[in-house]
Amino acid sequence: MLDLTALYSISFLIFFPIVVALILLFVKNDKARKYIVGPASAIIIAAALFLSITFLPSTNAQNFYVTIDKSIAELINYICLFIDILLVAYIVFRCIKSKKFFVLILAILQLILVVWFELFVAPSIEVEFNLYIDTLSIIMALIIAIIGCGICVYALGYMHDFAAHSTCKDRSSTFFAIMFAFLGAMFAIVFSNNLSWMFCAWEITTVCSFALIGYTRTQEAVNNSFKALLYNIIGGMCFAIALVWSAYAFGVLELDSFVVTVASLSTEASYLSYIPLMLLAIAGFTKAAQFPFQNWLLGAMVAPTPTSALLHSSTMVKAGVFLLIKLSPCFGFNLSGYFVMLIGGVTFVFAAFCAISQSNSKRVLAYSTVSNLGLIVACCGVGTSAAIWAAIFLLVFHAAAKSLLFLCVGTAEHHIGSRDIEDMDLLFDRMPMLSRFMSIGILGMFIAPFGMLVSKWAALVSFVQTEDIIIIILLVFGSAATFMFWAKLLGKMMASANNFNETLEKSIHNSEWVALCLMVFLTVGLCIAFPLISSGAVVPYVSNIFNEGSDFIGAGMHWFLALLSFVIALIFLAYTPKTKNKKIQPVYMSGIGINSQERSFINSLSGETKATQRNWYMDNIFPEKKTSLAGIIVSIALIFSLGFFAIITTSQVVEDYRVLAVASSAYHENDWKSLEIDQATFVSSYILVNQKYEESPESFDSTYGSSDVNSYFSDTYNKYAQSQTSTASNQTSDTTTTNDSSATNSTSQNPTSNEGGE
Amino acid sequence: MDIMLILCIAFAIVFVLLAPFVGAIISGIDRKVTAKMQGRVGPKILQPIYDVLKLLGKESATVNPAQDFFVLLYLIFVVIAGIIFFSGLDFLLCVLIITLASLFLIIAAYSSRSPFAELGAQREILQVMCYEPMILIMAVGLFMANGAFNIYDLFNAQLPIIVYLPLIFIGFIFVLTIKVRKSPFDISMSHHAHQELVRGVTTEISGRSLAYIEISHWYETVLFLGWVAMFFIFCNPLVSAILCVASVIVVYFLEILIDNNFARVKWQSMLKYSWIVALLFGGVNILVLMVL
Amino acid sequence: MSGTKKSPWIIHYDGSSCNGCDIEVLAALTPLYDAERFGVINTGNPKHADIFVVTGAINEQNKNVVKQIYDQMLEPKIVVACGACACGGGVYRECYNVSGGVDQVIPVDAYVSGCAIKPESLFDAIVAGVEILEQKRQALKKSNKAKPNISTKDKA
Repeated sequence: MLDLTALYSISFLIFFPIVVALILLFVKNDKARKYIVGPASAIIIAAALFLSITFLPSTNAQNFYVTIDKSIAELINYICLFIDILLVAYIVFRCIKSKKFFVLILAILQLILVVWFELFVAPSIEVEFNLYIDTLSIIMALIIAIIGCGICVYALGYMHDFAAHSTCKDRSSTFFAIMFAFLGAMFAIVFSNNLSWMFCAWEITTVCSFALIGYTRTQEAVNNSFKALLYNIIGGMCFAIALVWSAYAFGVLELDSFVVTVASLSTEASYLSYIPLMLLAIAGFTKAAQFPFQNWLLGAMVAPTPTSALLHSSTMVKAGVFLLIKLSPCFGFNLSGYFVMLIGGVTFVFAAFCAISQSNSKRVLAYSTVSNLGLIVACCGVGTSAAIWAAIFLLVFHAAAKSLLFLCVGTAEHHIGSRDIEDMDLLFDRMPMLSRFMSIGILGMFIAPFGMLVSKWAALVSFVQTEDIIIIILLVFGSAATFMFWAKLLGKMMASANNFNETLEKSIHNSEWVALCLMVFLTVGLCIAFPLISSGAVVPYVSNIFNEGSDFIGAGMHWFLALLSFVIALIFLAYTPKTKNKKIQPVYMSGIGINSQERSFINSLSGETKATQRNWYMDNIFPEKKTSLAGIIVSIALIFSLGFFAIITTSQVVEDYRVLAVASSAYHENDWKSLEIDQATFVSSYILVNQKYEESPESFDSTYGSSDVNSYFSDTYNKYAQSQTSTASNQTSDTTTTNDSSATNSTSQNPTSNEGGE
Repeated sequence: MDIMLILCIAFAIVFVLLAPFVGAIISGIDRKVTAKMQGRVGPKILQPIYDVLKLLGKESATVNPAQDFFVLLYLIFVVIAGIIFFSGLDFLLCVLIITLASLFLIIAAYSSRSPFAELGAQREILQVMCYEPMILIMAVGLFMANGAFNIYDLFNAQLPIIVYLPLIFIGFIFVLTIKVRKSPFDISMSHHAHQELVRGVTTEISGRSLAYIEISHWYETVLFLGWVAMFFIFCNPLVSAILCVASVIVVYFLEILIDNNFARVKWQSMLKYSWIVALLFGGVNILVLMVL
Repeated sequence: MSGTKKSPWIIHYDGSSCNGCDIEVLAALTPLYDAERFGVINTGNPKHADIFVVTGAINEQNKNVVKQIYDQMLEPKIVVACGACACGGGVYRECYNVSGGVDQVIPVDAYVSGCAIKPESLFDAIVAGVEILEQKRQALKKSNKAKPNISTKDKA
């Protein structure tokens, strides 16, 4: 019963937004659109809530898998392939139109790989569970549904104004259609266990973001959209290669069994997982806009604000970190873990440094997104229970606060005509409520006791526990820079001249207010409900994965912080300055001030002068171009050096395995004649097996069917010597290679099955 | 557990009640010693208390009611941070709350929209950016030496954490100069004669609110000296008490000495030196702890 | 207990003068005379100051400056006019553009004679002024009590 409910609710969440998208595509009327978007959003949110309430109790105990009829699953496989082809066709069309041939070549290469894989490799691998529900996917689904739909509702009013402000053609219907399709794809990502389905959804989000960024069709927008496409196709390419690799090396195409398989590999065998893990990580990096791929997200600022809000908070970038969080049990103290951790750490610091010099508020938000995602990624790389706890909370709080901030900036931009921080001076007077909402968002991003900082604290604890000095140093300096850029933005907004007469807020659309209030409610509510979310969902999820609790801050402390954040939020929202009982003075201007609001004074020549005051941007210390270039160089160097190292170790291990596999299968089959095995191979296998024995004598028995290494080898040697004398080998070399892969499988996955040969 | 709880609450209450007086007297001694160093007689020891009493009796006027409100929040959160520290709870939480408190001071200065106060606020932000890495590294060092962020665990330690964290201690003393607003790092506001910023962040804060600022500074001084003393706590209460008092006296005297012997630096130098110190002293100390 | 008498913070403004008194006021604040032993601090900020020390005469140009500085100071506050020019215009009295002493613009509580003043006489004036300051504080307290709606709010 529950099984069917799961199937239906997941498919509803995936397909309903897409159906809505198709309808919206043909609705050109603003009013009619309002009546579709609103109810549709409500339905999606309701469905997500239903799903979470129904399944949260069971997923806290264990993941909930959904079985799908084989024939239907196969049909969906073909649909996925068809969608992949369709997407590439669209990309090719747009590439030719805009003469971007590099992207075109990459897209076609990727398509060839995927088609080959889907048609010739994938069918041979059995996928038991195509869909699943676990606590993390429920959390993600709620984020996507509530925040994503909130943004869609916000867009109703925003796009109305946008069409009036901008010169480009009004294609609002396409815009809304893509927004909803995006949500559908995101749901598909978080519920797919079948990696090739996930890949298909992954590509849909790429193309949707491409279309959204290029919405205005100006030259800048088109260029930036292709930049986004290029980076994400590189990521998609890595994803596809990792898919092929895991299918070949581990014979799995399911996300959860991939994670389980890889995480349970023995030390040497895990070397084989480095390359697919790193490739998947790179796919995650591109989506999550980590250095060196951060540029596409900054370029995405040309799009209308709801796009940015959607990309930054609930969709696109969160898909990247979602994948990394899913993979995090495989990371930790190994090469791929360090790789992810270092890229995340470097991103955290360099993006925060870049944000200091920005006066464009949207760019500040963008860099802060990149920076915070860097922290999440670093947590994934650390891969301990505490780190994952922190990563999930960072993800949740970031989604709420960042969407709130984007929506506020978007509204402010339409009313004050600028997104520059300097122009937001006196916003406290001009748009009192909006500036309070925005300050809640900012406080939520960087200051205790709000959730974001508590999670950062947990991240620090987990980094200290892993005793990795580089990441600690990166975190502390990055935090300092984070304080710098947020505090000055907040300060500028809170400036007030006690003049509340010229409020600009009257013309804000109701739909915008609804969305803004929803986001404020979420930002504050999540901080208050933080202890509940922790004990009710995140701790069970983390302990499911790691088999250990992670209560390192203490429940009492959680409640204390929750209470404190509630009080502070209340203060910011409800406080109204009372001037009744106090004498109001003009500010001190070192002489005769004329007007505090204008900051004008009489100068020494009896003329009027205006004092101007800009925030510090410290361009000469943290110049954006040089800082981001440095970050890109460092991260590329990391990718290539660690990637190279991974390739070297992998090839070494592959060779070792070939030798071992050959010897071991010969031993178990007792068929030395049919195998080509020379003296050198035999000797190196001897050395390797001996090493294994020394590492763990107790598990030796189960793997090699002999309790003592010496008897194993005397036995082996006798058989080998017999075979050498009796016959000369005449086998072809391709027998060896096929044995290689199958033997690797058997040793890594199912070591006990070898005993049958004894 | 119950005895621990009672002790915690007792310490918190003692802090809330006594810290302002202790802080005021420290501040008075500070002014006296400074006067002696400059060959003057100097004010009475209780002078800071007279100043605050006077300020509390002034007319209530402001440039901006929001500003006074934020100043009040600043005071409240400084006290909360102090309570967290002196009741032996989480040190990192104390650091985070004190950062929140300084954010309220910054917002207060910004909200007045006076050019002087705003410039002071930006310098204050820079100061936070300068000392934050070192303070966080100190928290990390505490965690590594102590096994937890809790202060009361230090009373069970065999050795005071200064043994493990000598370099971090030096780095902390360096940024302490920024935190207690002493020259050469008193760029956002100064206790001394007027500067190019008039009075920096407090330019527009007057009367009662200015008194709150002074009281917060007393609390802060006691809190930061508590951080100094933290390095010398271990299982022997008597010896650690002597060490704590001695270290606090030496460190504060050192701060006064530095204050009187150095000219104010430019903010660029402050940023450079404090980060280098954090990276070098903090980083090396943590590295050594990890290797051990 | 009130600290008003023990903590007179001053702000110093120099009007139209030969700068003699100006220099003497600054001299009085140097370590040699050590004004801080009486709790005196030169704040340079009207919002923090209790005593407005004016040297030099008032002219049309600085009239409004003096007025605004005075207005920005919080009650209780006193004004000390230092030197002949500040008291009544001094040698500049008959000049074009000069309106006369400080009391032409704002109420003065203490006059310090001399051309230029001596630091000692400035101290005398401040000590005398502190008494007036205390009286004003008590008057302010009374008037606050007379208007209870304000005083209760203030205490909160």
